[in-house]
Amino acid sequence: MALIHSERDREEQLDPERLRNQDHLRDDTKKASGKIAIFQYLTVGVFVFLISGFWTLQVQNPDVYSQAAENNRIKSTPILAPRGKILDRDGRVIVDNKASYSLLLNRDEIKPEHLRPIADELQLDYADLTTKIRRMSSRPQIIIKDQLTRDEMAWVESHQDAHTYPEMQVVRAWRRQYPQDGFAAHVTGYVGEISEAELNAPQFIDRNQGDIIGKDGLEKEYDSTLRGVDGQQRVLVDNMGRERQMENAREAVPGKDLRTTLDLDLQAVAELAMQDKRGAVVALDPRNGEVLAMVSRPTFDPNKFTGRISRKDWDEMANDPHKPLLNRAIQAQLAPGSTFKPIMAIAGLETGVVDPETQFHCSGGASFYGHYYACHLKGGHGNISLHRAIAQSCDVYFYNVGNRLGIDRIAHYADIAGIGRRTGIDLPNETQGTMPSTKWKMRVARQKWYAGETISVAIGQGAVTVSPLQIVAALGGLGERGRWYQPHLVYGEHAKLLRQGNFKPENLEQVISGMYGVVNEGGTGRAAYIPGIKISGKTGTAQLAATERTKGAKKGNALANNAWFVAFAPTEKPEIAVVALFENAEESYNAVPIVRDVIKAYFDKKQREQNLQARNTLLESITHNLFTLPALAVVAQ
Amino acid sequence: MIARSLRELDWALVAVTLVLCCLGILQIYSATIDTRWHDAWWKQIIWVVSGLLMMWAAANIDYHALLGRVSYLYGAALVLLLVTAFVGNKVFGSTRWIKIGGFTLQTSEFVKIVLILLVAKYLTDIKAENLEWKDIAKLAGLVAVPMLLVMKEPDLGTSLTYIPILIAGILMAGLRWRYFLIITGVLVLTLPIGYYFLKPYQKDRLVSFINPDRDPKGTGFQVIQSRIAVGNGGMWGRGAKESSQTHLGFLPVPHTDFIFSSFAEEHGFVGIVVALVLYFLLIMQVVQNAQTAIDRAGIYVCMGVAALLLFHVLVNVGMVVGRMPVTGIPLPLMSSGGSNTWSIFLMLGLVNSVRMRRFVN
Repeated sequence: MALIHSERDREEQLDPERLRNQDHLRDDTKKASGKIAIFQYLTVGVFVFLISGFWTLQVQNPDVYSQAAENNRIKSTPILAPRGKILDRDGRVIVDNKASYSLLLNRDEIKPEHLRPIADELQLDYADLTTKIRRMSSRPQIIIKDQLTRDEMAWVESHQDAHTYPEMQVVRAWRRQYPQDGFAAHVTGYVGEISEAELNAPQFIDRNQGDIIGKDGLEKEYDSTLRGVDGQQRVLVDNMGRERQMENAREAVPGKDLRTTLDLDLQAVAELAMQDKRGAVVALDPRNGEVLAMVSRPTFDPNKFTGRISRKDWDEMANDPHKPLLNRAIQAQLAPGSTFKPIMAIAGLETGVVDPETQFHCSGGASFYGHYYACHLKGGHGNISLHRAIAQSCDVYFYNVGNRLGIDRIAHYADIAGIGRRTGIDLPNETQGTMPSTKWKMRVARQKWYAGETISVAIGQGAVTVSPLQIVAALGGLGERGRWYQPHLVYGEHAKLLRQGNFKPENLEQVISGMYGVVNEGGTGRAAYIPGIKISGKTGTAQLAATERTKGAKKGNALANNAWFVAFAPTEKPEIAVVALFENAEESYNAVPIVRDVIKAYFDKKQREQNLQARNTLLESITHNLFTLPALAVVAQ
Repeated sequence: MIARSLRELDWALVAVTLVLCCLGILQIYSATIDTRWHDAWWKQIIWVVSGLLMMWAAANIDYHALLGRVSYLYGAALVLLLVTAFVGNKVFGSTRWIKIGGFTLQTSEFVKIVLILLVAKYLTDIKAENLEWKDIAKLAGLVAVPMLLVMKEPDLGTSLTYIPILIAGILMAGLRWRYFLIITGVLVLTLPIGYYFLKPYQKDRLVSFINPDRDPKGTGFQVIQSRIAVGNGGMWGRGAKESSQTHLGFLPVPHTDFIFSSFAEEHGFVGIVVALVLYFLLIMQVVQNAQTAIDRAGIYVCMGVAALLLFHVLVNVGMVVGRMPVTGIPLPLMSSGGSNTWSIFLMLGLVNSVRMRRFVN
């Protein structure tokens, strides 16, 4: 190889021929200059060629290309984040998500003439669709249909090309899946598309048109916890319509799960007990305010609300005369009837207007201020003192207590028990109820209070109204010996003590033992008796409020009474307090079995768990012995 | 000694080089903001600074000493390419890089330098007026071996850059007109056969070069997008904020192979004329060093470097304006990348080495 001459080259440098060689080289370098000049011309040519290229593109017709650059754009597709699940206290799933597909339209590609065929094909209302598109002016993409069927997907995919309906785009979405048949529907609430009014609400300040938000119940209250953060996928679309995936997609962040204090077992029992009835059931733990079950009937199917329901469906649901959307557990405002009496009793004892021995005579009614007030027992209770008055729910006894107390002292003690106040439960739209007083009447009606009105209030009628949650919290707090905790639905939250009664323990025991009599001594709630479990309770039969009475009369409905039953157990140290409201039930004892079922379910479950634990400890000790016995045997030898 | 070697450097060449490097770094910075290559600009600074040191080191080596050892260098280059083929890192489907310490080096870039020296040495040793067929065949064969190895990586672009080194050498050495015509004729006739051996994606690139609109979604994409970017720049450029082609991600790799597209979009026709004039001055300065070289070996070295630079600029910038097919070779000094920057600086070091020894000593 010519290469390996390097050694010889070096020798050549000492050669006599070297000079001649160098001359030769010098000649050569001169000779090369011609060729170098050719290279220089070539270089000039190359640069002219290149610059002319830029000239054509940039100076001669730049408009063509800037237009083309405009047509290039980034299309971003949302990656929708799933909402958090709603769980019961044991972590069992109540509300879940199901993957589905939604159709969205890209605003800048929408052609008005496309909308009618798209609406027709997907069975959307054309007017609804156009209003929606107009309304969501701030959104580059508008989801127009959720839960696409297989056929619809196929249709969209075959028609979304550039020449047919390029505005269509399918995105993966999550459909909220609620329990069937409206189970716990009022607690969970439902999700839906944000409305104009909600857009302006401070809670939804960071949400946009077209977003799916919690509309009611826990979904609304804990919207910010449950909601995830949508991601975004960027697709590059060049001027020829070709899509290219971009790398920097932003992943969606799923919402956080919400563990509630609900116990699915109790909830199921309560739901079952309330089937085909109208009313509500609430079970809570008076020791900390944890709500164990909450049922309101009639109910609705939240699955129908998920996502975007049509205006017609919504109107149908909202205008139902039975008001299925109303959460009666926290929104009904009804006279508590006799369930109010334990509060009267504690007020009477604490103020000293009566003592446990004080007797009144009940002859089936009594006259106050020129009016005759009847007792529910037409034959009368005879001479009656506190314990029996509670157990037998004697109206005349409490008329007298009320008369001695006067409205403002009643209102004071009722207020401590939480009547006329929102409990502050973590659900939206709780009603306040009413606890009348002289001040209240002056404020509301600008009239003086008449002493006669106090007599009705004394048995939970008249102007006093409560929600089921309020009354169960009030009496549960009495059972908790005068401590009222804030009812709540989120598990693990610190129990919040709202008010403390500072009542004399013997007074509390008097009232609670009267309530024990209701169930266990042949009282009005004897149907709640469960062997082995000490239950204290109070029944109530409330006449409908005056306004409702007239309304009902107009419609020609039979004027039935609302039945109440509130109970807690065990009597000495309550772990559970339950209320059942059974509207139009005629008699109070109709509400009693509902409460009994729930309390029984609670203690059955507790027993089951204790048995299980006992079994496990037993098994453990047996296996332990199995291992140690042989050792002992060896030692014995 | 150091003072002398610094004084003797071709400062005009260094100045033009540094201005181009600065333009490159600014453009890399601008094109990669908010992308995953956002740190490419300061890496490029490191490469340029280390490249300068390499250039100075190379300038201080007598190129005759390198020419004397070219057979070893050539052997080492082949070994390096083989090592790359066996233990190299596979990126985007081709094996071009080897890891040394924390660096990944593209070995084929450094082979260029060896080939420049090889051609210079080989042709210096032939003392005839004109080259014979035998000489041409031998030299072509020596260049073809690394070329085929690089082509196998596969890296057609870089392997093609070896050809101008060979051609510049042969033309400088003196070629009879008859030979020249025959070679040209044979090449023209064999091109279609060569096309047959190209890989499918390479064929696609050629086809879409000739007619980019035929397949705008596929390989034509880069060609079209680059042209749109350049056109979008207009006379004065869009500036860094308005250059949508660059910043919306339409330009593929706007900081490496297509850096001149984003430069053209941001700085317009005026900007590219300035940049191209700088490249012209760079090449002319290298050529000037060829003219003042003391011997034929120096001429070959300088002209090899000049031809390589010209080829790089022609193919890369030509690709950007849609006048050359997409081959994926970087723009010297501006494109982000360590191996290419270093190899260019080393070549400029060789040119300086020739310059420093232009007086008979």
